Amino acid sequence: MPKSKLVENLDLDNYKYGFVDSESHVYRTRPGLDESIVREISKHKKEPDWMLQFRLKALKVYESKPMPTWGGDLSDLEATLDEIYFYVKPQDQTERSWEDVPDNIKTTFERLGIPEAEQKALAGVGAQYESEMVYHSLKEEWSSKGVIFDSIEDGLKNHPEIFKKHFGTIVPIADNKFSALNSAVWSGGSFVYVPKGVHLETPLQAYFRVNQERMGQFERTLIIIEEGAHAHYIEGCTAPVYSTDSFHSGVIEIIVEKNARFRYTTIQNWSNNMYNLVTQRALVQENGTMEWLDGNLGSKLTMKYPSCYLMGRGAHGSIMSIAYAGSGQHQDTGGKVVHAAKNTTSSIISKSISKEDGRSSYRGLCKVHEGATGSRSNVECDALLINETSRTDTYPYIEVDEKRATVGHEATVSKVGDEQLFYLKNRGLSEEEAMALVVRGFIEPIAKELPLEYAVELNRLIELEMEGSVG
Amino acid sequence: MSNTPALEIRGLSAKVADEDISILNNLDLTLESGQIHAIMGPNGSGKSTLAKVLAGHPSYQVTGGEVLYLGQSILEMEPDERALAGIFMAFQYPVEIPGVSIANFLRTALQARLGRGEELDLFDFQDQLLESMELLEVEPSFAERPVNDGFSGGEKKRNEILQMAVLQPTLAIMDETDSGLDIDALQIVSKGVNTLQQQNPEMTILMITHYQRLLDYIKPDLVHVMVDGKIVRTGGPELALELERQGYADWKIPS
Repeated sequence: MPKSKLVENLDLDNYKYGFVDSESHVYRTRPGLDESIVREISKHKKEPDWMLQFRLKALKVYESKPMPTWGGDLSDLEATLDEIYFYVKPQDQTERSWEDVPDNIKTTFERLGIPEAEQKALAGVGAQYESEMVYHSLKEEWSSKGVIFDSIEDGLKNHPEIFKKHFGTIVPIADNKFSALNSAVWSGGSFVYVPKGVHLETPLQAYFRVNQERMGQFERTLIIIEEGAHAHYIEGCTAPVYSTDSFHSGVIEIIVEKNARFRYTTIQNWSNNMYNLVTQRALVQENGTMEWLDGNLGSKLTMKYPSCYLMGRGAHGSIMSIAYAGSGQHQDTGGKVVHAAKNTTSSIISKSISKEDGRSSYRGLCKVHEGATGSRSNVECDALLINETSRTDTYPYIEVDEKRATVGHEATVSKVGDEQLFYLKNRGLSEEEAMALVVRGFIEPIAKELPLEYAVELNRLIELEMEGSVG
Repeated sequence: MSNTPALEIRGLSAKVADEDISILNNLDLTLESGQIHAIMGPNGSGKSTLAKVLAGHPSYQVTGGEVLYLGQSILEMEPDERALAGIFMAFQYPVEIPGVSIANFLRTALQARLGRGEELDLFDFQDQLLESMELLEVEPSFAERPVNDGFSGGEKKRNEILQMAVLQPTLAIMDETDSGLDIDALQIVSKGVNTLQQQNPEMTILMITHYQRLLDYIKPDLVHVMVDGKIVRTGGPELALELERQGYADWKIPS
């Protein structure tokens, strides 16, 4: 119940509509993309030659691959990509202490609630502003345990061996057109390394935010959880609302070694003109556990399917996601699990809400390789439709090449019922309050997995979204 | 003020909203403040429709007459406005709200009763909820269960009266609260209702029931017999006993 009290106290109205700070970048490329831009980015970042070559190769792959014709409508995207700036650098250095962070950026962070997070000693806040880390703090105790929590650029600079060993191995350049694009122009993101046997009790948190019109955000994150280590990484995004199209295409690579345990939590609330095309994948070794907790709000089109490749015996993958499609939005989300070893287990729980003419699609793949005996997978996707015009689709792909494996799939579609609304109104709730309560109940199984502030934020966002949903 | 009836229904007629099926026909009924009335009648006589019309259910359309609550017409009011004014209905078939705990639900409902900027005192709420749960003889963990989701019939009915206890309405309409209750649960629920009425003698209760059994536990001031959408006879509690003996057969109006 204290949780609910917090909901009432929060004023996130501005959050919904977005806010814009005056831009203070010191360097940016010209709009559009070609080889010289890629070279410029790499040079600007003072990267080793292998990374430049990696980027150039990726650019060629990107240019050679056609736009996907499945998923959402990408017909406007080509034109959008000619308009955006592929690299924007806000400041010269990565900041270490809060005092050094410029005031206008602080203002943005305050409105995102970061100081509170600090006060709560949530620790290790690495905040990304525009394309790069500007603020970064890492707890002493973690340093002493050998944990690395850096910007991706610093990861490359300061830990070249481990970086080169893993970078681009989980999501190869040619995985898809947008992983290739990201590989060519990536900038910003996190590098996390948790050494063998280290258990982190407090989550690693990164906030980032896109703050410039027509700017693409190509964050790249690489996370390595060594044998027997435990960690939780949290990332939240919000974006201000602009009138022209915007684009975000991240790549997240995660390695979960033997007996390790890792959770990646993200709530994204993009502005309604954003294309959000993300590739996030984890490789899980023997008896390791990977959990994706994924919330997608906003954007014009999101295509995002967190994946678990279960490579070692007994590995477990879990994907829990919430998608909210408001008017004019398409959330094409779901998950992928690949069972490539014996006794691997996975579960996908996907919940979507569609309002007005919003559309949510569940797209999921469950693949069981021959020889992955004793493997079990369970998929549950539930869709809630708010209005008559709302739409939901389910595209489950199931490929099972092993007879001694169990795969379950269950899908439900429900509507907010008239009787439910009448019941709640009879208890004194307005129609909007009633609607928000039903929706909150619907997402509760996933929201309860979130850290408190995120659950509160999510509930509040849902309440705001339900405003004007009636009639 | 004390002379103003809690509920005054004058010549009320209503039909199913989408169809031309008339269910309430020129019904008159008055409940003085603090009274308990029972409406009995055969299946299909319009008892439950009356309850829903009073609560403002959108499936029904009022075609004539007037309903005054504490002297004010309520027919133009939304269901939530009626609720905030103090009208409560205990549902015959309570609705499931998955993922929303009873505590959260009731807290939201009480918060809705406060003005903007006013904050519900969570400690008071907690005390009130625990007290009400004790009255209805449910475990404290009951409040953490999702509203009616996976409840037995008896639990659903108990939950209705629990909500009534917490929300403290001025006018409570109980729609076949006794159906689906075993004798033990019926006693607990009845005790709860009686206690609430003792605590708040202004609380007016309209009970809709098919059976006399409930009236052994909650003593009505008046019993009405409803047939074909109107009240055909009114009497004291003895009328219920008479119905129990004779059934409704005598009251059916040949069509």
